[in-house]
Amino acid sequence: MSPASRSARRVARLSTNEGPLARGMLIGLALAFLAFFLLLPLVAVFSEALKEGWGMFVAAIDTPDALSAIKLTLLIAAISVPLNVVFGVAASWAITKFSFPGKSILITLIDLPLSVSPVVSGLIFVLLFGAHGYLGPWLAANDVKIIFAVPGIVLATVFITFPFVARELIPLMMEQGRTDEEAALSLGASGWQTFWHVTLPNIRWGLLYGVLLCNARAMGEFGAVSVVSGHIRGETNTMPLHVEILYNEYEFVGAFAVASLLACLALVTLLAKTILEWRFEVRGGNRH
Amino acid sequence: MASTRPFLRRRSAVPGFSLTFGFTLAWLALIVLIPIATIFLKSAGMGWAEFVKVGFSDRALAAYRLSFGTAAAAGAVNAVAGLLVAWVLVRYDFPGKRVIGALVDLPFALPTAVAGIALTALYAPSGWIGQFLDPLGIKVAFTPVGIVIALVFIGLPFVVRSVEPVLADLGKEVEEAAATLGATRPQVFGRIIFPAIAPALLTGFALAFARGVGEYGSVIFISGNMPGRTEIAPLLIVTQLEQYAYAGATAIATVMMVAAFAILLAINVIQAASRARYGA
Repeated sequence: MSPASRSARRVARLSTNEGPLARGMLIGLALAFLAFFLLLPLVAVFSEALKEGWGMFVAAIDTPDALSAIKLTLLIAAISVPLNVVFGVAASWAITKFSFPGKSILITLIDLPLSVSPVVSGLIFVLLFGAHGYLGPWLAANDVKIIFAVPGIVLATVFITFPFVARELIPLMMEQGRTDEEAALSLGASGWQTFWHVTLPNIRWGLLYGVLLCNARAMGEFGAVSVVSGHIRGETNTMPLHVEILYNEYEFVGAFAVASLLACLALVTLLAKTILEWRFEVRGGNRH
Repeated sequence: MASTRPFLRRRSAVPGFSLTFGFTLAWLALIVLIPIATIFLKSAGMGWAEFVKVGFSDRALAAYRLSFGTAAAAGAVNAVAGLLVAWVLVRYDFPGKRVIGALVDLPFALPTAVAGIALTALYAPSGWIGQFLDPLGIKVAFTPVGIVIALVFIGLPFVVRSVEPVLADLGKEVEEAAATLGATRPQVFGRIIFPAIAPALLTGFALAFARGVGEYGSVIFISGNMPGRTEIAPLLIVTQLEQYAYAGATAIATVMMVAAFAILLAINVIQAASRARYGA
């Protein structure tokens, strides 16, 4: 190799890669930023929760109000996640297996709740179903309670998590196309058989991924639920709302104890998500 | 059903179009479109003069300024920090990279109220970090700076996740060619890499900005909530609702919603323009 070409290669290497010093500095800077802004708050949650020992931590969670908040949060997620799974699968089926005009508008409309402030998401249901809302008088006359009751919390949660399953499935099913389904159908399978035995196995990891994200948001939603719930202890208080109540009453250990349960949920979600991405190469839309 | 809907051209042998399409539209209308339409209907019903009076009162204007200002500041911080994090994650190898990569999504997974009380515990005058800043006269919690910190936390993954795939797809050939022709590393970054990732960076900024403008849970604990000074627009909506001032809450929410749709439109324009230019 001539000296000239060797020096050209050296220049090329230097200019497409940073030197070890610059590289180390950039990595250090990025890690310091992440440690300071992401890791430290997480550590603070657990440390504040356990500040007065394990016994106080357990005592803070083992109260009737905290337990009923945990139950309500589980109930809300158990209702709203399956609803969004059914919607997500149906919407992705219609969008990816057929061609029709206005498809991109439909996708944009499905994503709409992502760009609405959580507080506004709660407000729209108060304006519809609240005492002064459009349907309020009719609901009161028929003794149906939606706002300041569980149905309102479910509605707000379904709205907030509306796009979560669909936006994971649409890119995945778009890529898979419909040849597998067509093969099954031409071999005599019915539509439902095709769905259960061909489509569902194909999309199961992507679906699980969407369910994980949907569930994390459903259990953790604060702003929208706060507006419609009415904060009735033991009745319409979810875990995030209970955290707020305890915090505002200066019961910091209790607030951080309940918060640490939610933080564990977040960590489990991240872990499961990472395993899914790693083992099954689920490609997330991943922007919410 | 294709024959009854000639404008919907179905060329698929797969069944279930009527069922899934019909269900999708009905559910979308019921859960999303009709409720959102309510707010515009309610605003239209109150008349223009009343709308301007409650939607653009001094207190509301101060709240918009604060919400949009802090969201823009946090978006700018995240544009720089997010680019750095995305760059490091895509280009370099180091121990623990997978864990760090997963950690970036923490703000998506952690409930906002939890983030809010955690950040307050850190930055309150007696908090972990606040106790060192307080003697220096630096106040973070209960000032707009605290709001920016909460929004930096919330917005970071939007920038990282927008920039990461574009950076990963960027071939090294052009960089090598530029380097062989004598370009320095800063020149390569400024003239080749940065223009290619700029649309993604702008999209990430816009997403973080949009999220920051509407953010509630992580901000209200650290902000102090003083009307006119540290009261963000979403909190003002809640305050108005608690005082049964439905007109005020509705008008402010309408302004926020229009702003959110404008940002959404801007994001779509950026992406369409970058697709047209880079053809992806």
